[in-house]
Amino acid sequence: MMGLRFVLRPRHTSAPVRAAVSLFFALALAGLLGSLVFALAGASPAAAWRAMAEGALGSGYSLGEVLLKTAPLTLTGLAVALCCRLNLWNVGAEGQFVCGALAACFVGLFVSPGLPPFWGLPAALIAGAVGGAAWAFLPGLLKARLGVSEILTTLLLNYVAALFMEHLYYGPWRDPEGMGFPGTVELPQNVWLPMLFPADWGTRAHWGLPLALLLAVGLWLLLERTRWGFRARVLGQSPKAAAYAGFRAARITITALCLSGALAGLAGAGELLGVQHRIQDGLASGFGFAGIIVAFLARLNLLAVPFAAWFLGAILVGADQLQTDLRLPGAVVLALEAALLFGALLGEFLAANRVQIIGRTTKRFEQRHESCDENSGEDNHVA
Amino acid sequence: MLLSPGMENLALLAQIAVKSSTAVLLAAYGEIITERSGVLNLGLEGMLLIGALAGFATGAATGDAATALGAAALAGAAAAFIHAFFAVSLGADQVLSGLSLSLLGAGLTGVLGRDLLGAPGLVLGAVPVPVLAHIPVLGQAVFTQPVLTYLALLLAPLLWWVLAHTRTGLLVRACGENASAAYATGVPIGLVRYACTCFGGALAGLGGAFLSLSYTPGWREGMSAGQGWIAIAMVLFATWRPLRALLGGLLFGALTAAQFSFQTESAQWLPVWVLRAAPYLLTIAVLVLVQSNARLRRYSGPPANLGRFFRRES
Repeated sequence: MMGLRFVLRPRHTSAPVRAAVSLFFALALAGLLGSLVFALAGASPAAAWRAMAEGALGSGYSLGEVLLKTAPLTLTGLAVALCCRLNLWNVGAEGQFVCGALAACFVGLFVSPGLPPFWGLPAALIAGAVGGAAWAFLPGLLKARLGVSEILTTLLLNYVAALFMEHLYYGPWRDPEGMGFPGTVELPQNVWLPMLFPADWGTRAHWGLPLALLLAVGLWLLLERTRWGFRARVLGQSPKAAAYAGFRAARITITALCLSGALAGLAGAGELLGVQHRIQDGLASGFGFAGIIVAFLARLNLLAVPFAAWFLGAILVGADQLQTDLRLPGAVVLALEAALLFGALLGEFLAANRVQIIGRTTKRFEQRHESCDENSGEDNHVA
Repeated sequence: MLLSPGMENLALLAQIAVKSSTAVLLAAYGEIITERSGVLNLGLEGMLLIGALAGFATGAATGDAATALGAAALAGAAAAFIHAFFAVSLGADQVLSGLSLSLLGAGLTGVLGRDLLGAPGLVLGAVPVPVLAHIPVLGQAVFTQPVLTYLALLLAPLLWWVLAHTRTGLLVRACGENASAAYATGVPIGLVRYACTCFGGALAGLGGAFLSLSYTPGWREGMSAGQGWIAIAMVLFATWRPLRALLGGLLFGALTAAQFSFQTESAQWLPVWVLRAAPYLLTIAVLVLVQSNARLRRYSGPPANLGRFFRRES
């Protein structure tokens, strides 16, 4: 009855080709949607993209800023990707990020003065990881023991963490000499993450970046090369097989979520100890949610996560330029992130399926074609 | 009629409670219908924002309530259509697609609503129901409300009746429970799922319009403040039933109202942040309760084909 029909055929190609096709379409659609958003915001898309590229890659300082964002994005990306490999959703990296920062701040403000100066930084970083893990423990426990949807629990806890942080820096932890600005006092210098490059280079990139890269490799080894990783992957792909093999699903689930929370918490600690040096408004600026985009741009490949993080970092830094140059609102970043995610979804689809548009004239051909590759697997028709 | 100050206070609190539940209720009903047809849409938060902005902008431009509400519903449905395309036609990951929609809603409304921040606009205030509004306490609590609140109260029995007792409801449930069997009997699965997803989006859009036209009139960035997520949790709490959703929504409203009264009485024994976090924490508690109660879970689980892509065999 319809003049046109779309016929989907599964694409049989190697994994690298699939990844390339997926990435190509993801970026193409994201570019298209992004241009649309710019046009809606009243800016010329060409000028906007140019401003973004210049803002992100145009100077040594901006390249450093991109590296600065790469560190937390890598960590939250790893946090999301790890869970997704187990068929778990950690949508709460934002809250775990906040709790990691709070725990690191607690150690920096109240514990580190009693420690030998060298131990302040490691203690604060470990506290950050523990804080994030603790925030992810409850969703993990509820998921493993009762089957409560971890999507909702991790997400709802984001709001609680944000409110708790606000309470602390407006209330008990507030700097009494803050001239009315809500925020804690500056952390002692011995817990700061040292700069990565000499100070006269003018970049703010800190040692959190190599740490994040190291953790990416470490996590890849854990998932791909250890017995725990094998069990976790089996659980993710087939819970039934895991149960049959006698793997303790509950324990693996809780461990994975805690590990994921620890990574996000570390991201928060790094942002506190390396950049902000105090807890104040705007500490958690969406790094947790951005981790979801990083994870899916990397197609859940843990070793690809740092690259995806760098790319998204460049977009975030470039978008800052949009605010100053073209006076676009900050929310433009969220729209760009959504465009990237929708792009990734479409890319994934087009990498897995070939779409043929069939009109009446080609109907004959189609039938002949179909009879040729009868055994090529199922065809799927979409009206 | 003269009431004692205590009763007056109670009536006011009840009025706030019923009013506060409106947006969550509308969004939750929409999600129930969407999910009963087998589609999981986590984009409620984004659709609320899109509806809020569309309703507010149209209301400010035309000054006409019906046009504003129509625009909000249409905008919500259009946003849901994007999700339906990815979920129903492309078979994409529905969680991811829904999250993208939430991001898109926040981003797009932030960009488009920039010039409307703090602008004056249309306000849809309470419309007392003629005779009934004079009933003590109940009259103020239930029958002195904005129009959309009445809609939220009336939709629960209506949607229950449609789902449980009409052919349309049967079609919807069939798509959500066993799409292959429904397809074999000639149900156009894709069409039903598209329609239900868009209907859900329209209701979420109206929920958003309630926020920007009635609840806290005006446009603020991110004004839904997590209510979309609470609505999704409400669907689980209600075990996919509209009447139970009404109960859950009113409970949520009561909590919000309690927060108001605590804040005004400045209760020192409970810090304010805990009160503000209460809706989120209690939602988690409710999820635990539903999951740990075997009876509740058994005869009210999720639709069997929820979130599952239907591929037509050729």
